[in-house]
Parts: sequence; C-alpha cells; structure tokens
Amino acid sequence: MKRHFGLLSQYLIGVLFGMGLIISGMSNPQKILGFLDLAGTWDPSLIFVMAGAVIVGLGGFYVVSKRTEAFFGDALHIPQRRDISKPLIIGSLIFGAGWGMAGFCPGPAIVALGAGHLKALVFVLAMLAGMALCDRFFGAYKHAV
Amino acid sequence: MQIDWLSFTPIPSLLGGIILGIAAALYVLFHGRILGISGIISGLLRPKSGDRAWRMALILGLLTAPLLAALFFEIRPIVEVEADWLAVVIAGLLVGFGTQYGSGCTSGHGICGLSRLSPRSLVATVSFMTAGFLIVFVLRHVIGG
Repeated sequence: MKRHFGLLSQYLIGVLFGMGLIISGMSNPQKILGFLDLAGTWDPSLIFVMAGAVIVGLGGFYVVSKRTEAFFGDALHIPQRRDISKPLIIGSLIFGAGWGMAGFCPGPAIVALGAGHLKALVFVLAMLAGMALCDRFFGAYKHAV
Repeated sequence: MQIDWLSFTPIPSLLGGIILGIAAALYVLFHGRILGISGIISGLLRPKSGDRAWRMALILGLLTAPLLAALFFEIRPIVEVEADWLAVVIAGLLVGFGTQYGSGCTSGHGICGLSRLSPRSLVATVSFMTAGFLIVFVLRHVIGG
C-alpha cells in the first residue's frame, strides 16, 4: 500500500474503532464495571458488543485466511502460535485485575483521553509505564496476540 | 442475578460491536495486522524503522474519534470513572504490564483473537474476564459491601 494512503487508512480505521467504542458504550468505565459486577445489578451489554464484533470479524479473518497477502500487497502479520503459555495466562489475569479496578482497557482509555478526561490521561501514562516495566524485565512484545 | 435494565443497551451495543468488527476486519484485510490496541501502543516503546508513523496514525484516530463523533453525529461519549486517583494509577500499571506480558487486550485477544478462532486468545479472554469478575466482586461486595 502506498505510504500516505496507508497512513490515512490507519487513521480512519482508528476513528471507526473509536466510534464503535463510543456507540457501544464501551468507552464508559461504569458500563464495563456494570458488566463485570455479576453479583450486583448486571449490565449484559458487553456480550452484545462482543457478539456483533466477532460475527463480522469471523468473516474478515476467514477471507484473510485464504490469502497470502493483504488487499494492497502488504505482508500478513498474523500470529501463528498455538501453545497455551504461562505468560499468556498470568499476563491476562493481571490485565483483567487492572481492567476490573478502573473499568478501562487500552482502546477505551485512549478514546476517553481524546474526550479530555484527566483520569484517562493518568491511566494511559501508568499503562505506558506498566508496558515499559514488562518490556524492561521480560523483553519486547515478541508475539503480538 | 439481577439484570440492570436501566443501563442495558442491547441495540447500541450490538451496533457498536458490529462497527468494531468492521474496523478489525478492514484492518487485517488492508494492513495484514491484528487490530490489537495494546500491541500497537507498546510497539512504540521500541519502534523499528518505518514502524512509528502508522502506529501513531491509528492512535490519533482513536484520540480524535470523540471530537469527530460530536461534530458529525452529535454523539458525546459518557466517561464515568468511579475509581479514585490511586486506583487509576494501579489499574493503569496492571493493564500495561498484563497486556504486554499476556500479549494482548480486549481488542487483540477478545475481538480479533476470537474472530480468528485462536485457542490462545480464547484462553486469554477467559482469563482476563475471570480476573475482572473476581476483582469487581471483591472491590464492590467484599471490601465495599
């Protein structure tokens, strides 16, 4: 893909993803916590978000699985690992604990930061520090997903 | 279990989810990559040559999504953060560290991973959701109860 077209496409997909988070309600930490609070009054909305996303995603990833490169010639960077490793589980548990503490995960936090929320800024800075810590002690992000 | 009918938004959440799925599908079809926000952000910690601009473009899209949603669709994201400042910092550190160590977050493992039927992402998603449920239960019903 031509460089400028590629960057524009990256930007627009970022906007689209951000809008999806806003429309679905997932940019609101209270809504996330409402889903995670099974013992309180439970808000099942997140299941509908995942269902909508995965139904469409299945189609997209199925098309890609039949191809050897992306539509405009870029190489495919699809993770191939299938082993269930300890870091995968421990890291995901740690992530989930942080997610449940404030209701922010990375995408929605960036969107909330863009909406001008100071706590989102603090969260994102702490998140970058956490990533840097892991990078420092356990090495770079070797295997995206 | 009691359903929070006042907060439950099945239609906007399903619609928003479909938009998230479209973004993830377009991303892999056009760019050959997983739309995983934590990995796209943490890749900036050790950028390879020619790697920085597209990551920044995608993040800029997320950051400007609230502004564009307000301008074009008159939708303003609701962001309510119940957690206090200290909890926000700890949550950020955990989310940053955990997503890096576990190689993904709600977008990379949750949406994209489930869409491509990755067993690793299924394990990661079950792990972070379980941790989220547990932490919210402890914070709201054991300590806060």
